[in-house]
Amino acid sequence: MSLGPHAGFILGAYAVAAAVILGLVVWVVADHRAQRRTLAELDARGVRRRSAPEKGPETP
Amino acid sequence: MSADGARGVCGPAALRAKGYDNMTYPMALIDLANPSRFLGLAERALPWLAGATALVFAVGLYLVWFVAPDDYQQGATVKIMFVHVPAAWLGMFAWALMSVAALGTLVWRHPLADVAARAAAPIGASFTFLCLVTGALWGRPMWGAYWVWDARLTSMLVLLLMYFGILALWHAFDDPARAGRLVAVLTLVGAINLPIIKFSVDWWNTLHQPASVFRLGGPTIAPSLLWPLIAMALAFTLLFATVQIAAMRNEILRRRVRSLRIRAAQAAQEA
Repeated sequence: MSLGPHAGFILGAYAVAAAVILGLVVWVVADHRAQRRTLAELDARGVRRRSAPEKGPETP
Repeated sequence: MSADGARGVCGPAALRAKGYDNMTYPMALIDLANPSRFLGLAERALPWLAGATALVFAVGLYLVWFVAPDDYQQGATVKIMFVHVPAAWLGMFAWALMSVAALGTLVWRHPLADVAARAAAPIGASFTFLCLVTGALWGRPMWGAYWVWDARLTSMLVLLLMYFGILALWHAFDDPARAGRLVAVLTLVGAINLPIIKFSVDWWNTLHQPASVFRLGGPTIAPSLLWPLIAMALAFTLLFATVQIAAMRNEILRRRVRSLRIRAAQAAQEA
């Protein structure tokens, strides 16, 4: 496959697209982990939502 | 009205008490408006959406790189169009989605409306940025310039600046509900830019080419280039849906964290 004399522009456009898509994916995954981690920390300190189910006894 | 507060007024239990059946259509819609219900649906839908996005991207990229011919005028640089055009569509679509969500915030006080708007803003900004950069990389070899103050290019740049303004405004307020109402008003005002972008190539004498896909009389692109473009547009749209739902899920969790921290601080003050 030949991209001709403007190969740098074509590959550059696809590289920027890949970076933007990767950035969006990393952003939502990292943000989700951060929020889950903070909620778990609050839960461990006993700060829970009023509607959260009560923790039952440990089952084997 | 907070998301959890809304649930108390029109949540599933309250509506069942009023005699609504769980299987009725309005009930299904109201269930979806419930943030907890939305979180459950998002957890189930996201793996399927992510898989479909990857699959359609694989098909689209195969068509772009191994099937689509070079254009008789643009040569291989036509490959940039397969990224540039979907990015432009989604940059505008995200603002349209935010405008609908703004109505949801201001008129119906929908519990997920400003969550949807806040999630869409950075995604729309990313696609608009991608559209402008890929356009510049196409413009240099084809027009001889990375940038011209053409009506289409300028109105897209204005859209990107409006996204930045909205994002700055979201971060300027501690209370997301207050920020949501103000952002909703500005979003509706900014929606005037969408028809300007779309029709700029018809209203003014622009260097940018006129519409060649969505136009009266049908597309003017050859099917050998149109089908790869449709596949890439579908892939980008699936990506948008996946990231949007994931970002909405994160925003709901962020608001839960905020309300829990406020409650913990109040409890500490009272103790």
